Amino acid sequence: MSAENPYAEAVGAADPGGAALSVRDLTVTFPGDDGQVRAVRGVSYDLNPGEVLGIVGESGSGKSVASMAVMGLLPKTARITGSVRFRGRELLGLSEKEMTSVRGNKIAMIFQDPMTSLNPVYKVGWQLSEAVLAHHSVSKEAARKRALELLEIVGIPSPDKRIDQYPHEFSGGMRQRVVIAIAMANDPDVIIADEPTTALDVTVQAQVLEALRAAQRETGAAMVLITHDLGVVAGQADRVLVMYAGKPVEIGPIDGIYYQPRMPYTVGLLGSLPRLDQRTQDKLTPIPGTPPSVVNLPPGCPFAPRCPLRTDICLRVEPALLPVLGAEHQAACHHSDQLAHESAMEIFSTDPNADPGQGPRDQNHEQGPDQNRQSGAAQ
Amino acid sequence: MSTLTPTPSRALDTAPLLSVRHLVKEFPIRSAGLLRKQIGVVHAVSDISFDIAAGETLGLVGESGCGKSTTSRAVLHLQPATSGQVFFNGVELTTVGKTGLRRLRRDMQLVFQDPFASLDPRITVNEIIAEPLRIHGLYGDKAAGRRQVADLMATVGLKPEHGNRYPHEFSGGQRQRIGIARALALKPKLLVLDEPVSALDVSIQAGVINLLEELQDEFGLAYLFVAHDLSVVRHIADRVAVMYLGKIVEIGSRDALFEHPQHPYTQALISAIPIPDPRRERSRERILLRGDVPSPANPPSGCRFRTRCPKFLTLTFEQQQKCINEEPLLVGRGPGGMPTSEEAAHRAACHYAESLRVL
Repeated sequence: MSAENPYAEAVGAADPGGAALSVRDLTVTFPGDDGQVRAVRGVSYDLNPGEVLGIVGESGSGKSVASMAVMGLLPKTARITGSVRFRGRELLGLSEKEMTSVRGNKIAMIFQDPMTSLNPVYKVGWQLSEAVLAHHSVSKEAARKRALELLEIVGIPSPDKRIDQYPHEFSGGMRQRVVIAIAMANDPDVIIADEPTTALDVTVQAQVLEALRAAQRETGAAMVLITHDLGVVAGQADRVLVMYAGKPVEIGPIDGIYYQPRMPYTVGLLGSLPRLDQRTQDKLTPIPGTPPSVVNLPPGCPFAPRCPLRTDICLRVEPALLPVLGAEHQAACHHSDQLAHESAMEIFSTDPNADPGQGPRDQNHEQGPDQNRQSGAAQ
Repeated sequence: MSTLTPTPSRALDTAPLLSVRHLVKEFPIRSAGLLRKQIGVVHAVSDISFDIAAGETLGLVGESGCGKSTTSRAVLHLQPATSGQVFFNGVELTTVGKTGLRRLRRDMQLVFQDPFASLDPRITVNEIIAEPLRIHGLYGDKAAGRRQVADLMATVGLKPEHGNRYPHEFSGGQRQRIGIARALALKPKLLVLDEPVSALDVSIQAGVINLLEELQDEFGLAYLFVAHDLSVVRHIADRVAVMYLGKIVEIGSRDALFEHPQHPYTQALISAIPIPDPRRERSRERILLRGDVPSPANPPSGCRFRTRCPKFLTLTFEQQQKCINEEPLLVGRGPGGMPTSEEAAHRAACHYAESLRVL
């Protein structure tokens, strides 16, 4: 994370020429028994050099699938359209061999499970040195020295001992830090981290996030950080993209998204979080209902069935992502003006879904099982 | 009170609903050979004590492997403790025998973490919720039983007409509500909630947390709320106990513990939780811990946290000897002399405990 004003950094967003990674109208469709699963329905963003873009969303929002598509890691059954440009070069449609060279070279990936990236039969030091040697013509001794340095940077205690151990001798958090060290050895322009700390305990998460920051500082790489944790994003990202039902519903500088959200889903998401730093006895404000199935999505705004502000137009026309507060902060909502002065509590406590006959608990009532049967099929 | 013969009702009011004393749970480590000889012991829970009053929520927090789930199971006697006592309403669980335990279990129920694994997929929701009523002979005739089940579903915010459906037809949040309805069926006094919202997305999680709070107000339930998410615990608990490597390192009222944590581990834990507030996150200082949690099969001598403790590093050699050789007791550590009652309620197991604001 940079300490500069995130607004200042986001200015470059409008200029795709300068972007490290430029994604346009990306869609991903999987064939399914009940119809097409439209997991990603049009994602566009620019990742500027050196910035951290957080992509947040709940399970099934398409945040991971979109990033897998960017990296070319989806199975052949997936139909991908749109454009992914890395420093001006189109990545979609590259052969597997060409893609491999891009992936290893300039785009590094960090997944939730570090063992998917580490080879269990080689020592950690060997795997790190290999990455160093692949990109620099140095001697083996120099590569090993660099490997030691990298382990030191990501905070592995006594790296001179650890370098000759195998991945299974490391704990989960330490393995993730080794993966980050390898990513740094590749000297990437872009790091894509998909839920890098999700399975970890909080004190370990803090260590790994610190290592990620160190990696970004050392390499100057831009980073896409995909997570469901709005707290992690708050501390790491310069800009945030909020996904819902396969589409970005709001994107903007981090302070704008957190302090002036203009899409009811973002407002609801922030309002439903219990806060560690507040002495409040107030009730949380849950979002009624459940996320829609991305199979046979009805027309209109996908959030409309759960939205207290919905009107007729919401059920007919899916809103486009339009500027709300300056060009950088965009939201997909017909009623984003209304959100300027209302809190989550004010918006969501009048719930149009409530059944008048059901009593006071209906406010946090989830919808009937029928709808969920569909979303179950989509997962 | 000066009277020598307190009335029974008065005694009931003041006695805690649940009292755990010197609870120890060890698991044997056995060799791989034919004899499966015991070669070691995992000290999952090492001598912990706490009370829960009627209608109160105690949050039990800690990271994976700290023994919080083992504690919750030992409290219900699902896994008998190695030693120590659990008193429920003044009755010790180990002394009551099988029948007595079954009767006591009416009053203490468990809600599991995974709403997918804890509901039988082959029976309808009506049957799932009716099962505890049938086991304890409270179902009554068909009409009465059905009515009870329908009431329970409405209580947890589900539509009674969905009772004929199977668990797979419900979402995660709804399934967790089914699990809560099942636990409520016997009108318990204590619910043990083992990570009840960890498997849920945040927008759904908030609804279940609100439901738990409403149920507590309505039925006067006491909760033992086991969780790793401190933000949720800060929201729902009255008091909080922090566990590390099988021991309670700090216990106190919620606001005292979060705002003035005394144990270095609690301080590190709180400082590590990300807050969904970018401006605050940018200005926060994290206390980073070194290394990993030691093995519970071979915990460090003296203070179990000393191998990772940031405070330990700042101590002189003589001071460190105390951490290495002497186990710190969980006691109120007010500034000098006898602890006041509030200090006694806020206790930390650290020789050099010092209150620190980390939020």
